[in-house]
Amino acid sequence: MALDSKVPQGPLKDKWTTYKNQINLVNPANKRHIDVIVVGTGLAGGSASATLAELGYNVKAFAYQDSPRRAHSIAAQGGINAAKNYQGDGDSTYRLFYDTVKGGDYRSREANVYRLAEVSANIIDQCVAQGVPFARDYGGLLDNRSFGGVLVSRTFYAKGQTGQQLLLGAYSAMNRQIARGKIEMFNRHEMLDVVIVDGKARGIIARNLVTGEIERHSAHAVVIASGGYGNVYFLSTNAMGSNVTASWKVHKKGAYFANPCYTQIHPTCIPRSGDYQSKLTLMSESLRNDGRIWVPKHLKDVEAIRAGKLRPTEIKEEDRDYYLERRYPAFGNLVPRDVASRAAKERCDAGYGVNATGEAVYLDFASSFMRYGKEQAKIQGISNPSEAKIKELGQEIVRAKYGNLFQMYEKIVDENPYETPMMIYPAVHYTMGGIWVDYNLMTTIPGCYAIGEANFSDHGANRLGASALMQGLADGYFVLPYTIGDYLADDIRTGKIPTDTPEFDAAEKEVTERIEFFINNKGKHSVDYYHKKLGKIMWDKCGMSRNEEGLKSAIEEISELRKDFWQNVNVPGSATEYNEQLAKAGRVADFLELGELFAKDALVREESAGGHFREEHQTEEGEAKRMKEFQFVSAWEYKGEPKDAVLHKEELAYENIEVKERSYK
Amino acid sequence: MNLTLKIWRQKDANDKGKMVDYKVTDISEHMSFLEMMDVLNEQLVNAGEQPVAFDHDCREGICGMCSMYINGEAHGPDRGVTTCQLHMRMFKDGDTITIEPWRATAFPVIKDLVVDRSAFDRIQHAGGYISVNTSGNTQDANSIPIPKKDADTAMDAATCIGCGACVATCKNSSAMLFVGAKVSQYALLPQGQVEAADRVRNMVAQMDLEGFGNCTNTGACEVECPKGISLDNIARMNRELMKASI
Repeated sequence: MALDSKVPQGPLKDKWTTYKNQINLVNPANKRHIDVIVVGTGLAGGSASATLAELGYNVKAFAYQDSPRRAHSIAAQGGINAAKNYQGDGDSTYRLFYDTVKGGDYRSREANVYRLAEVSANIIDQCVAQGVPFARDYGGLLDNRSFGGVLVSRTFYAKGQTGQQLLLGAYSAMNRQIARGKIEMFNRHEMLDVVIVDGKARGIIARNLVTGEIERHSAHAVVIASGGYGNVYFLSTNAMGSNVTASWKVHKKGAYFANPCYTQIHPTCIPRSGDYQSKLTLMSESLRNDGRIWVPKHLKDVEAIRAGKLRPTEIKEEDRDYYLERRYPAFGNLVPRDVASRAAKERCDAGYGVNATGEAVYLDFASSFMRYGKEQAKIQGISNPSEAKIKELGQEIVRAKYGNLFQMYEKIVDENPYETPMMIYPAVHYTMGGIWVDYNLMTTIPGCYAIGEANFSDHGANRLGASALMQGLADGYFVLPYTIGDYLADDIRTGKIPTDTPEFDAAEKEVTERIEFFINNKGKHSVDYYHKKLGKIMWDKCGMSRNEEGLKSAIEEISELRKDFWQNVNVPGSATEYNEQLAKAGRVADFLELGELFAKDALVREESAGGHFREEHQTEEGEAKRMKEFQFVSAWEYKGEPKDAVLHKEELAYENIEVKERSYK
Repeated sequence: MNLTLKIWRQKDANDKGKMVDYKVTDISEHMSFLEMMDVLNEQLVNAGEQPVAFDHDCREGICGMCSMYINGEAHGPDRGVTTCQLHMRMFKDGDTITIEPWRATAFPVIKDLVVDRSAFDRIQHAGGYISVNTSGNTQDANSIPIPKKDADTAMDAATCIGCGACVATCKNSSAMLFVGAKVSQYALLPQGQVEAADRVRNMVAQMDLEGFGNCTNTGACEVECPKGISLDNIARMNRELMKASI
């Protein structure tokens, strides 16, 4: 099947408006005869559920957690971008569009990104109206901060808990619709397959995680909003339950999977401390606004620090290597995530890592304490303040901005970051790849949509800070509600979709057989045993930098591991009870297939772009080398084993932006 | 370290349940409490036994999923943290640790340490929102200036993660800290004021209906709250309710 992105004709800035004026609408009286299933209730799924219900559709929403409020969007810390230009520092829709396309290393779709920038301002208005308590300045107006990869302050935030507050906003909008009976909420339910009838997505098979019951749910359209697949690495900043299953099932039923190898490694996470570790904790990138990143200049100092003989605060200014400021003077500590991550790895690989495992660099706030302190002393009219007083005043300001992050760090690392610099290291964070969608956010299965992190379209090969929350809410509140209506307009006479059909029978049978297999297999290794092995292959060979040899062997190893899994996995308990191991087994089975496709995609992509760094393709200075011939989206068609997947290409045209070397120097 | 764990095992809501002893060895002080539980579960699975079911997800203290009653305290001995942020350095080699689920009639046990907290959701359905269309056609966000102090106080209340520690720790199983936090957030902001009276009345009525007890100002909820939600919110809720009743 040829890929048709369905991007509307006409000038970029008019595309969305023209599109909205021309699509089919569904009469309000007809909307109540139409059902929509939404899988996932994070920022994308929650906002979509609320809005579709608001419009009048009957929404069935599914979450594997016990409440929509727990979706992992809640953990996003730093903020959400919007081209409001409240600060008057030169921001505009075009500039937000430009930064996002450039930050994505020219591997995202122009029209989608422009639309995202266009609706971004509405998101803030919407959230404020819902009672989201964004940070305010003393005049009562909204405050902004700056994030990596941009030169303006366009990020709106609520302390270091922006994701939480935005999610609670979407959750509250859902609650209003649940109370009205327009959303039927299925908590502790997991989608295990999609049901296709006459070529259209018409329902799902779900498992009630409490009772184990297999359920059939029908609808006129199915929306996948189940987030990203970073947990393919086992260790990541994702929640433990985040998984690829919903996305993978629709892929297996005909939805193309795009750019699986595009993974964002976030530069500011708390370093790993041992093999038992279950996940990694992110420290908001906003810390880079006020923190300076460095490692010692001399290896002897590194050794002394690791041996506990020297404290970082004892290293003189001239003996520190502020390597980001040195290499990228224009952006300094605010370079994009991929650049910052690779630079940290480069220093650590060269032996300058400052913790026991040699995988950490410093994020130091000392100079901010003094800078803010002096300002405060002046404001408060304190004449001749002592050094200690200045530091104390400055720490208060930093505490107000990032207090919860500092506290979180202290709890995990058992060190006070107000006294010693934080230690950070990159970790797997966000997956830019996902289900291929057209401009309507529809997958290659008619009637099946993918929104938020589950789709691929807006972030390209890298994601700038504060752009994921923006996409999730833009898709859910403002894009999907229009585009899905255009499709559903043909369904006003369809009537209820029955679930007692051969299509539902077949899908349910497949799901039940798989569950029975797991329960009856009685193998010798736990599910986690396989997940950890997969994660190690992924991190070692498909991580921050990759090469042909490593990827080829990763493909082999994952395929072997998958064989072993299907012979030897051990799932205790039964299928008709609350069984976490059973749920996990199904998720890991899907990760074992996705992992191989991931490596295959990375092998094909012989260039370095954004989060994807092929060692064979770098400049003499060790920067990423993008190749013109790879200016396409790789969309994989399922054909059985991942090795048989067929590549389709969506060429990316940049008509409104000049493709330039991405430089932050 | 080597530890003895006394854990509440209960097959399902109808089972009577009992405490069972387990031993874990070679626990690192840097592990989180849940990572220690992972070690136990891996051990149980490899021995062909059923692992201990417990709720957890983000493991960074924000989703509010983890819910263990450890040595008689919600989220264990540390202050201002959830169980996933509790580290084993808070314990000593040779310790015996008692682990139970949240205990409240309104939170029935699903299995082992997993409880059903959907009562919290139903309270939110009763009024935990501002009735605004999700159309984006609202007024410009800066057209409603909000004093920084009010916005900050609203944010402090909005920080609640809905974990239920307040209920689990309260001798009356009261949910007033949870409900008070939501009522406060909206009471402090200009948006949604028109429905303030209905909101507080409906939420409080639902809270009572779910079987949560009343507040007797003991303050244990504030002490055990991982997010430091203050008792002031209960006072503010009572004031709002009083106002709504006049």
